Amino acid sequence: MSDPEARKVIEMGYAGSERLTMNMGPQHPSAHGVFRAILSLEGETVVDIDAVIGYLHRCHEKLAETLTYTQYPSIASKTDYVAAMTSELAYVRAAELVGKIEVPKRAQYLRVIAAELQRIASHCLWLGTWTLDMGGALGGGATIFLYCIREREWVLDLFEALVGARLLYGFHQVGGTRYDIPAGWDKKVRDTIALVERRLDEYEDMLESNAFFQVRTQGVGVVSRELAQEIGFSGPLIRGSGVGYDIRRAEPYSSYEDFDFKVPVETAGDCYARYRVRMAEFRESIKIVRQALDGLPAGPISSRPGVKSVGQVRIAKGEAYARVEGARGEVGCYLIADGSAKPYRMKWRGASFSNLSVLPHILIGCKIADVVAIMGSVDPVFGEVDR
Amino acid sequence: MKLDPTPLYSAIVAFVVLNAVIGMVTYVTLLERKFAARMQSRIGPYRVGPHGLLQPIADALKLMMKEDVVPRLADRGVYNLAPVVFLIPCMLIFATVPFAPGLGIADLNIGILFFLAVSAMEIVGLFMGGWGSNNKYALISAMRAVNQIISYDLPFIFISLVPVVLAGSLKLSDIAAAQAGLWYVFYFPLGTVAFAAYIVATLAAENRVPFDILEAESELIAGFRVEYSGMKFALIQLGEYAHMIGTSFLGALLFLGAWSGPGPAWMGPLWFLGKAMFVFLLVTWIRWSFVRIRVDQILAISWKLLLPASLLLLMATALMIVLRGGSGA
Repeated sequence: MSDPEARKVIEMGYAGSERLTMNMGPQHPSAHGVFRAILSLEGETVVDIDAVIGYLHRCHEKLAETLTYTQYPSIASKTDYVAAMTSELAYVRAAELVGKIEVPKRAQYLRVIAAELQRIASHCLWLGTWTLDMGGALGGGATIFLYCIREREWVLDLFEALVGARLLYGFHQVGGTRYDIPAGWDKKVRDTIALVERRLDEYEDMLESNAFFQVRTQGVGVVSRELAQEIGFSGPLIRGSGVGYDIRRAEPYSSYEDFDFKVPVETAGDCYARYRVRMAEFRESIKIVRQALDGLPAGPISSRPGVKSVGQVRIAKGEAYARVEGARGEVGCYLIADGSAKPYRMKWRGASFSNLSVLPHILIGCKIADVVAIMGSVDPVFGEVDR
Repeated sequence: MKLDPTPLYSAIVAFVVLNAVIGMVTYVTLLERKFAARMQSRIGPYRVGPHGLLQPIADALKLMMKEDVVPRLADRGVYNLAPVVFLIPCMLIFATVPFAPGLGIADLNIGILFFLAVSAMEIVGLFMGGWGSNNKYALISAMRAVNQIISYDLPFIFISLVPVVLAGSLKLSDIAAAQAGLWYVFYFPLGTVAFAAYIVATLAAENRVPFDILEAESELIAGFRVEYSGMKFALIQLGEYAHMIGTSFLGALLFLGAWSGPGPAWMGPLWFLGKAMFVFLLVTWIRWSFVRIRVDQILAISWKLLLPASLLLLMATALMIVLRGGSGA
């Protein structure tokens, strides 16, 4: 028979209070990795949440001090592994700012193409996993998930043709990019984005005319403009709360000023608004990729010669903060160089980390089902939260 | 085909039906997986046997050989009994379903009442499972289950009564025979609306997406059966699918004319099976294209929309029958 003492604790716990403490994660299908939420429930309603992170800490910042400027970009892609291209870009941009290294125009355009394709791939995964959270692995959510994964695969195929890797690339290097585009690649890109664009209409048809999807997302997890600014939201989330802030527009880097694109803004601040922003971003990214391919200048892809040993790149003494607009928001890298081949100190600003801190503010009073829907709409990647 | 309903005959038929249901459940899972796979641009099970035809057998064998884990703090009696208590009503619902004229275990004169009463009993096993597991996810799921079943059994019953009123009999074979001329689903608008409402209520009664809040694997992992493994899990799964097939048969019987169809009389059961599978696939189709809704929204839909609508439908049907001055369509 079972342990009577333990039994008493549990039954007293039920009897003594109307509240039920439930541990959601780190091993939970909707934890998006390893997020732990200790929920206090009254029936189905969340009255308190204790968010626990840190299960995926891998000492990224310390690691950066031990690896050279040539080596680290491949590791940087492991912070936000769903959008690895933009994580790398933040690091190499910081190194270039410190070392005042020019980047050739062609490399800048290639970086833009890679970043925007990465945004498409990342948003595909977000849409899939988010509907999976709401619809379940045994329901309509899984259907959208598999469609989205199919599209993401095409984009990853493009990266595979470009770099040779499908998840963690090492495409960027200090001074430019490591690889030029292979023959026929631009045609493949055009075909893929045209296909993705068509499929986007299908998803919107499937989701937006679906009453169940609307009741699950509209008015759920509302983040006010003030709260969004206070906690340091960025990316699609702050734009979903009515702030038209985009680093590509506010502080253009890598020739973003050359391209004509809109910064989609929604004012409602709920899950549906965040969804709308991301769907619009898909289309803007496709537009940017087209423009970049059309205007791709000829020339070298790097201002530095190809490296022969890992310690060859030395950055002069100094410090700088570089930020790029990742798929989840502002990915920042603060770098202090001491003139050697390795940074003296490096600090990541992960977009997911700041975005995730909204959860205790908006989850109180929600139902359990909304917890996963809101979590999914925040789109955290725990590699980037914990680093 | 007509034999004397002696106890021996009934026992033989019951044995055959029980095994047929179990066999059907195994292959209906394959049907659903293939169907869902095609919807999701996948292939589905393909490795075990030609076109994956032996996959259900392999699944069943795997479940039989799996270790049966009982949580240390589970209420053992309740926990162990729950799958059986859950399975029995799910199997019993087939008792009154006639598969062809005169072919069935017991064609009771209150057949549909028996069906509805027994199918509502599954909640007992469900709640036992959720409670006995001593798991918070399972407990929440069990609470949701009670909420949902109570909310959705009423509209389910009222909608099922529409064909009863139309046919003027509670006996399932009479309802089927009354549709020889016109299937009730084509009995516009009452029958058509009732069929649509029946599908919605079926989804809820069977706990399928978008009403699968008690399984809700993205919130409650697997709900009331999160602690079950091996054969006990298989029994719950068996019960769930048997219930689903049962309600599909009932839907085909109440609205789609049961065994009526072209061809000789022996084709009747095949027609019935085909129609039941059509209802099943309709439910599956909805399942694989919607997202789950929240528990409060589910209750709101039931009490504010489906229940008044089904009552209204039932009253309209009754009024029409009275105005026509008699029973039967």
